[in-house]
Amino acid sequence: MKIHIKNGRLIDPKNNIDAKHDVFIAAGKIVGLGNAPDGFVANQIIDASNLVVCPGLIDLSARLREPGFEYKATLESELLAAAAGGVTSLACPPDTDPVLDEPGLVEMLKHRAKLLNLVNIYPLGALTRQLQGKNLTEMFELSEAGCVGFSQADNALTDTQVLWNSLQYAATFDLTVWLRAEDAHLAKNGVAHSGEVAARLGLQGIPACAETIALSTILSLMRETGAKVHICRLSTLQSVAMIKQAKKEGLPISCDIASTHLHLTEHDIGYFDAQCHLRPPLRTERDRDALRAGLLDGTIDAICSDHTPVDDDAKLSPFAESEPGASGLELLLSLTLKWALDNKLALPQALTSITSSPASVLGIDGGSLSLGAQADVCVFDADFVWKVEAKTLLSQGKNTPFMGLELPGKVRWTLLNGQIVYQHH
Amino acid sequence: MRKSVNNPQLNKHGELTHLLSIEGLSAPILKQILETAASFVGVAEREVKKVPLLRGKTVCNIFFENSTRTRTTFEIAAKRLSADVINLNVGTSSQSKGETILDTVDNLIAMHADMFVVRHAQSGAAHLIARHVGSDIHVINAGDGRHAHPTQGLLDVFTVRHYKPDMHNLRVAVVGDVLHSRVARSEIHALTTLGVPEVRVIAPKTLLPQEVEKLGVQVYHDMASGLKDVDVIMMLRLQNERMNGALLPSAQEYFKTYGLTQDKLALAKPDAIVMHPGPMNRGVEIDSTVADGAQSVILPQVTYGIAVRMAVMSILAGNTE
Repeated sequence: MKIHIKNGRLIDPKNNIDAKHDVFIAAGKIVGLGNAPDGFVANQIIDASNLVVCPGLIDLSARLREPGFEYKATLESELLAAAAGGVTSLACPPDTDPVLDEPGLVEMLKHRAKLLNLVNIYPLGALTRQLQGKNLTEMFELSEAGCVGFSQADNALTDTQVLWNSLQYAATFDLTVWLRAEDAHLAKNGVAHSGEVAARLGLQGIPACAETIALSTILSLMRETGAKVHICRLSTLQSVAMIKQAKKEGLPISCDIASTHLHLTEHDIGYFDAQCHLRPPLRTERDRDALRAGLLDGTIDAICSDHTPVDDDAKLSPFAESEPGASGLELLLSLTLKWALDNKLALPQALTSITSSPASVLGIDGGSLSLGAQADVCVFDADFVWKVEAKTLLSQGKNTPFMGLELPGKVRWTLLNGQIVYQHH
Repeated sequence: MRKSVNNPQLNKHGELTHLLSIEGLSAPILKQILETAASFVGVAEREVKKVPLLRGKTVCNIFFENSTRTRTTFEIAAKRLSADVINLNVGTSSQSKGETILDTVDNLIAMHADMFVVRHAQSGAAHLIARHVGSDIHVINAGDGRHAHPTQGLLDVFTVRHYKPDMHNLRVAVVGDVLHSRVARSEIHALTTLGVPEVRVIAPKTLLPQEVEKLGVQVYHDMASGLKDVDVIMMLRLQNERMNGALLPSAQEYFKTYGLTQDKLALAKPDAIVMHPGPMNRGVEIDSTVADGAQSVILPQVTYGIAVRMAVMSILAGNTE
């Protein structure tokens, strides 16, 4: 299959390209940029006039809900949603049922995803068995089975000795540990930022120090163990400053934020809108602005969707009893573009956070359109404004705080390994 | 960045259709309720304690959290308005069988209830139900988690207005467990909305939410300075389970530091009134001599509570699309 993407604006942040270049694809690879290679005859031409052509997006956190939670979503529904969102690679956390703590489960998941052939998936293995925070998993074998990192998902590790040991063990094999920084005791029963809105609505708060205390513990243990750590879903101003300092110090640390937290604050909870029940909680405007600034100066490496599809009923409860999380695969591009519009950023700079930068966090080759690279491509209309509606989302999770709002940017084509896996009609 | 959200308590004409919290209601709406309540105070003193305003209507008390006192006052209020009343203690039945709140509500809607009085242990439960029901059904929040107890807030300001009519020249202190108190939140909003210039909260730091000052109150941690020159003291109930633990060391120490005694009461203005939403823990948050003393208006609060609830029900019933 040979594809010629013509007349598009090619944006490849990694290679510093932002120009009108045609892209030529053959046998799953990029074989030409600008000019066709000798003798290239396309089987298919994609007319990308007035469209942006960029590397397929890379999402550092998307829950696919399989195995175990098929009533919330299935691998097929969520990988279709990913393709529709222009995402060609994603990392999925291990909080499935059973938990991804055995090589066989990881192999099965990768195998099923391979058969669907919609997205490259990179599973995160459980750091501890059953995510219970007691016994280490077979990290080496899990990494051989395809795990790119090891995580506790939302189950905080309360025992710092186990955390120390797991970092030591991961460091032994040069594996990366993915952690969300949250002190389990300070966050206990919490459902919203400890602040004005929680005070008004009478919701149990999670203070900002729940994040900074946990982060400070992780940073200290990193210095002791030399382990590589990726911090998931930063949410506070203070922790952005701490990461900045840690990077300056040379610690092998990276971090991401959720696309929801790039835009929303505690005030968006309004009158108990359960769609804004998220983990970590939405915080203040100052925190949100610090997250945006952290992305710009490179302190924060990536924006992820933190895709968490839940069934409709799970949000139809009083705020604290509703299930946290938002569906996000199909909004990742639009929310990134909206941030670029709000802050008057050049598109290449904004796209870095969802292409080349998360690729280097994952340590994979994707995220660029270099000659010879795997042809994972997203072709989108940056100016098209669409309305978020349940019927337009392919994900089984219709739970998003952005429901009913208009957002910029619509994916027209997604190519995986040189094949069209999504086409917008 | 969100879309603007309509005030869930008002119908499209800007009239009160649900009573979910005091916050978000204007002073004119609060005054309308208080003035209507004043007209109902006399009903209880008549030989026939009934007016026909809700005749033919069905009021359904759904209590997901047990309460005898509040439920009874709502029941009396509804009956004095000639409504039919159904009491449902869901705390002990459906919820334990796995039925969701909205399942329960749907069943009662199918039985043609016109008004729901709802109490639930979770903040936001009444909002959830109000969003779910049709525009011909009214919801009254009878207490949701730590969030709001608007009829209590209203009866408290009704009582304040009765004894201290000039709300614009008052100093009010709310004393005790503000963190867990839906009553405190409703009182604070009712007082500030009606123009009370100085509302204080007095509590140890463990019993105040972070950023409590954003509610428009001045924060004190000791009774001596907090009670100085106040006109009204609103005591809050301290739940038994919070007396000995990580928030407070003991009931004795709490009484010593924050319990209202005659000595502490003497710090307030000589004509200050003392209020309590009940049920009281004598010897924990309030001394018996104060609770039963000349400055206590705790029993009149209960009496006015019925008039205020009648007012709310009759106003809601009159505001249909």
